[in-house]
Amino acid sequence: MRTGKGARAGQYLALLGYLVFLGFPFLWLISTAFKPARELADLHPTWIPRHPTLANFRQAFDEQPLLHAALNSLLAALGAAVIAVLIATPMAYVMARGRTALARAATGWVVVSQAFPFVLVIIPLFLILKDLHLIDSRAGLVMVYVVWALPFALWMLVGHVRAVPAELEEAAAVDGAGRLRTLVSVTAPLLAPGIVATALFAFVSAWNEFFFALVLLKTPQKQTLPVVLTHFIGAEGVADLGPLAAASFLATLPSLVVFAVIQKRITGGMFAGAVKS
Amino acid sequence: MTLASATSRPAGHAPRRGGDGRPLDHGAWFLVLPALIPILVLSVGPLLYGIALAFTDSQSGRTAPTRWIGGLNFQDLLHDTLFWDSFRIGLLWAVGVTVPQFLLALGLALLLHQELRFRWLARALAIVPWAMPEVVVGIIWRLVYNPDAGVLNETLRDVGLGDGRDWLSGLGTALPAVIVVGVWAGMPQTTVALLAGLQNTPRELHEAAAMDGASAWRRFLTVTWPALRPVALAITALNLIWNFNSFALVYVLTNGGPGGRTRLPMLFAYEEAFRYGQFGYAAAMGCVMVAAISVILAIRLAVRLGGGEEA
Repeated sequence: MRTGKGARAGQYLALLGYLVFLGFPFLWLISTAFKPARELADLHPTWIPRHPTLANFRQAFDEQPLLHAALNSLLAALGAAVIAVLIATPMAYVMARGRTALARAATGWVVVSQAFPFVLVIIPLFLILKDLHLIDSRAGLVMVYVVWALPFALWMLVGHVRAVPAELEEAAAVDGAGRLRTLVSVTAPLLAPGIVATALFAFVSAWNEFFFALVLLKTPQKQTLPVVLTHFIGAEGVADLGPLAAASFLATLPSLVVFAVIQKRITGGMFAGAVKS
Repeated sequence: MTLASATSRPAGHAPRRGGDGRPLDHGAWFLVLPALIPILVLSVGPLLYGIALAFTDSQSGRTAPTRWIGGLNFQDLLHDTLFWDSFRIGLLWAVGVTVPQFLLALGLALLLHQELRFRWLARALAIVPWAMPEVVVGIIWRLVYNPDAGVLNETLRDVGLGDGRDWLSGLGTALPAVIVVGVWAGMPQTTVALLAGLQNTPRELHEAAAMDGASAWRRFLTVTWPALRPVALAITALNLIWNFNSFALVYVLTNGGPGGRTRLPMLFAYEEAFRYGQFGYAAAMGCVMVAAISVILAIRLAVRLGGGEEA
């Protein structure tokens, strides 16, 4: 495409603007995390710490049970990811291949569940889980995360199933394989990359989730990382900036890594769907 | 990408999905139940239960049995000016975030669609806010806005624009300040959605229009926008809803302060339910929010049916 020199320069200038806007808050987080207390108190803060230190990280671990919280987050996220994918894959298969009322209803639920305010769900969930003695329990949180991850997991997986040619399944049927056999031995292997991407997405969603964890977990030893992070911000909103930044930086790393790996698949899955919905 | 090619097939011409010709109805239940039961018990059930709760006087820690009180909660809600303030703030926030988010994301998507150097960097950076826990996004911006040690005030001081403000606790600045954060946090999804839409625009049409000497603006209006419209409408409707329902970001940034100036409806309902224990009343607030969201969905549906949008 032909573009004039002036237009090109304008485009690069705009791109630079976006880079600054998108990038600077994250850079500021890193800078704050490595600054000694004295530099943080400085009225004229610098971008690059003059005396970079790990003291904030040490202090963060001393002040809050970060390791424990990370372990809680890891368990909740792994549990949610594995269970969500195990139960979503067969359902996505039915949604993709079936023309039943059930498949239509499930698709409807996927859309509607994106829209309702969680407060309307969390109050009854709180009451139900309380009756089941699952309040303040990791198992209860995992259950909630599974259902919370399901809509998008189904959305992604339905797309992946549709990408598998039905003829392959027909061939298996001709060879006498039953429906489950066909699913397990023919379709599932072809779905594997999609299943892994979906599981990783469910993992990141649960790792990052805050609202349900805030409401459902009361015991400090059971709380997940995002909830524990807010403990660094005192009741008056006064925060110890260094340790807060250090802990936040650590909490972000796992999701960034996972996201970098699956980014292409998520975006493809999400918006191929969005066009259609 | 496999997904894109699989789902962008025109719906009417898709091979019938019962693909292999065998009926699914009997075996299907067996495959669906493992997901269906949790959905019914932990999602659909609670949703209906929540709507029912709105018509009761349910409270936490109450010894007397919960009673059915009809529309009383809604009557009270009607006169609850604090809630309507919060509702108004929620709408202001949802529109205030969604509109600039869309425009900025459209600009970025158009740029990233061009063959520019460093666009990989922009793509990578655009993912960062998306991958981050919302709580951390809130924390980062608290660091940026910090009146003493924050980068924003330092930059303003450097260029000689006043001497530091506490953006998040100023009555007039708090809402605009959190809106900026909302725009930042949600830009990636919107950008990626629009980029996906752009990739569907027919290149040949674009080139033909350029050949005919159409200006960039004309080409955008006649070629790009018509192809982009379905994605743009879908993502805008979703963003309005998601933003209206948001919680974690503002909870961390201001916790609804100062003086309720950033108290989004979700924050209000959360406080009512889990701080004051008014489950029934908070559920009624949830119902009012659902009603507001239904309006957005209805408009979206009307546009789709009336506008002759194919997808």
